Amino acid sequence: MKNIIKSTLLLVATSLFFIGCGNNGGKEQKKGGALENNVAEKVYVAPGEHDSHYAFISGGYSGNLTVYGLPSGRMFKEIPVFSQFPTSGYGYSEETKPMLNTSHGFIPWGDSHHPDISQTNGEIDGRFIFINENNTPRIAKIDLRTFETTEIIEVPNSAGNHSSSFVTENTEYVVAGTRFSVPVPQRDMPIKEYKGNFQGALSFISVEPEHGHMDIKFQILMPGFNYDLSHPGRGASHGWFFFSTYNTEEASTLLEVNASQNDKDFIAAVNWKKIEEYVNNGGGTMMPAEYAHNVYDEVTHTATSTMKKEVRVVNPSEVPGAVYLLPTPKSPHGCDVDPTGEYIIGNGKLSANLTVHSFTKMLDAIENKKFAGDAYGIPILNFEDVLAGSVEQPGLGPLHTEFDDKGNAYTTFFISSEVVKWKLGTWEVLDRKPTYYSVGHLTIPGGNSRKPQGKYMFAMNKITKDRYLPTGPELEHSAQLYDISGDKMELLLDFPTHGEPHYAAAMEADLIKKRSRKIYKLEENNHPYAAKSDADVKVVRKGNEVHIYMTTIRSHFSPDNIEGIKVGDKVYFHITNLEQDFDVPHGFAVIGQNTSELLIMPGQTKTSVWEPTKVGVWPFYCTDFCSALHQEMQGYIRVSPKDSPIKLSWSLDGE
Amino acid sequence: MIKHKILMIFGSLLLLLLFIFPLWNITLEAPQYPTPLGMDIYIGKFADMHPHDIKNINLMNHYVGMKYIPETIPEFKIFPPVIIVMVILGVLIGLKANYKWYLRWLVLMTLLGIAGMYDFYLWEHNYGHNLDPKAIMKFTNPDGSVMGFQPPLFGSKDILNFRAHSYPRFGAYAMFIGMFLTFIAYLVGKKNQKVNYK
Ligand SMILES: [Cu+2]
Repeated sequence: MKNIIKSTLLLVATSLFFIGCGNNGGKEQKKGGALENNVAEKVYVAPGEHDSHYAFISGGYSGNLTVYGLPSGRMFKEIPVFSQFPTSGYGYSEETKPMLNTSHGFIPWGDSHHPDISQTNGEIDGRFIFINENNTPRIAKIDLRTFETTEIIEVPNSAGNHSSSFVTENTEYVVAGTRFSVPVPQRDMPIKEYKGNFQGALSFISVEPEHGHMDIKFQILMPGFNYDLSHPGRGASHGWFFFSTYNTEEASTLLEVNASQNDKDFIAAVNWKKIEEYVNNGGGTMMPAEYAHNVYDEVTHTATSTMKKEVRVVNPSEVPGAVYLLPTPKSPHGCDVDPTGEYIIGNGKLSANLTVHSFTKMLDAIENKKFAGDAYGIPILNFEDVLAGSVEQPGLGPLHTEFDDKGNAYTTFFISSEVVKWKLGTWEVLDRKPTYYSVGHLTIPGGNSRKPQGKYMFAMNKITKDRYLPTGPELEHSAQLYDISGDKMELLLDFPTHGEPHYAAAMEADLIKKRSRKIYKLEENNHPYAAKSDADVKVVRKGNEVHIYMTTIRSHFSPDNIEGIKVGDKVYFHITNLEQDFDVPHGFAVIGQNTSELLIMPGQTKTSVWEPTKVGVWPFYCTDFCSALHQEMQGYIRVSPKDSPIKLSWSLDGE
Repeated sequence: MIKHKILMIFGSLLLLLLFIFPLWNITLEAPQYPTPLGMDIYIGKFADMHPHDIKNINLMNHYVGMKYIPETIPEFKIFPPVIIVMVILGVLIGLKANYKWYLRWLVLMTLLGIAGMYDFYLWEHNYGHNLDPKAIMKFTNPDGSVMGFQPPLFGSKDILNFRAHSYPRFGAYAMFIGMFLTFIAYLVGKKNQKVNYK
């Protein structure tokens, strides 16, 4: 019997795949259509002019976040988040190493997935952007004044932090849902006893309104399903959060088959306001847990890592009315809520139709206690009672849905490689356009808010194939920009992205642009090793540690010659960039260093460690072409034998 | 009170605006500075037009051996009391004195103004020509003499890759208006005198 199911499924899967390929054929008939319609003009941003939108595209396995302009598709910056980044020294400098600390130690890599911009009253406010790390569960906050990662919190009891990091409509919470259920607390146990023993943690991380400081307020310990994606309610459904699930079978092996058995999985609807109230009244229990909370202080230019020891957990069956399960066909991946907050779209990736649930009907069914049963004490509603409608046969392999400002939805189809536009309420398909190839997420600026800006939509693809000049077996992925202001979508541009463009958040540029910082103020620099003028320059020995308080300005280091260092010393170069001019960083590198160079922004202090292993006179220099005399920006450090009597000395201003 | 007296007093009081608004401004434009660098000159200090402009002017100017713009110059100690004395004098003249004194005040003020401008020119000249002999970059004029980097006293001028602009600012305009009002006061006072004779 099992074999029959297996082979049938395989047959279905293969035929889906072939249909997908078939649809792809002939999709590029209209080559050259772009020029006829002056499409080029729509994405052309003249030299010196600015794009109208920012797009923040996650780097997937790069661990970072890349910043693009729309409509040009130009990449402006890569923001290091979960991975060491030699370009700026992030994760290499002494100040930023603590950012990558976890309960498993220093982890120099992560895979970043879903960026989401902070909101006020359901509208994007451009203050912070949050992004999740999947592999070692973490949530990061990036300050959009400086475009720097300023906080990272590890998520305990979680694994495969995928249904994250979406924010509620006043940025009350950032959620982090676990994709993989695990033993909670972690312990040594047989894997085949998964069912009923593993649990899925949904973490609600509070965001302090003024500075955005994050703190895990509570975790809901859910049944051992896989929690795939999530979305906050908004408007009437504000106060609720929705999580798609798969593997409600609670299988632990050959999930491709064994987690695809149930005709329907669930969307879990969580009334977080109810749980918040329960917790505020002392509900839930504190559970021992170990997780790192890393905060970068912009004034000391230094990150600190604190290890937290416990977390508050809530058993959902103990908070009646807080969590319900909405049956959704079939292994839903995307879980998207429309701008009004009424419709919850569950894209069953193995289902032929798109399922749309109604929030109003859900409340009605709850009110009338129309339950189909329960799972571990959590009520299950009837599929028919909550169903708003379904989009029939829209394509193959539906994944994610975004919305415009005119009541339309746009869903990506991975297998048939297309974006399908359909109407909320009538569920009719209005338009479809191919993507090249295998699209995952799509983004509309202002998405995940009450006010999407329905001019552009871009799709992020997993496969690039023939879109650009070949670069060997490995190609960068691609994104495709569409104009969605008219009745039909129009493909405008196709641009490469760095890493895996997993998901993106985008918004109009003005809000961020006008708040963007140009320098760090030197008078606000409270780094303990800052040298704010040449009067502060010094070299101090503490045992075998040598601390060099160094300054840079166009085009010299102070001091520039240092003697009295010995083999076996641990030399800290604390370098303060005295510039106070926009876009004038200085760099620093010293020969034989086994970290990266540093890039120090105006007014900033950064520290690089160098452990000389050889006697000699070794150069250091500025790594960023800073001025007409950049090549002259250099110095020497003399390293003597361990037992040398040479005293510390240094030169300043040519003396 | 009579109209000309009010004009005289108001005109001399306008000089007090020099303590609030800049007198003069020098701005340097270049392609790599989309926001030009600028320095406002007040009666008692130099100030950045945008934060850190003076620091950045200094950093740039050091390539050709120019000194750093000083925190203070002796003139900043002299100008404010002179202006205060002139204001007090102006008010007293307005209150007590004959209209002929209005003109005497104006002539004195004009002479002081010319002296101030001349002094400023000397300072600028010294700042633009007294270069560090170890300067990184040395430029000569077509006639072989060492190039100076003096900004214009009034107007605009190209200096290497920069275009320098030097123009009065609101403080100076307030002073000119004040002086003009005292002149009007003189004319009105004179006219009144004639009327009274008739
Ligand atoms: Cu440099």
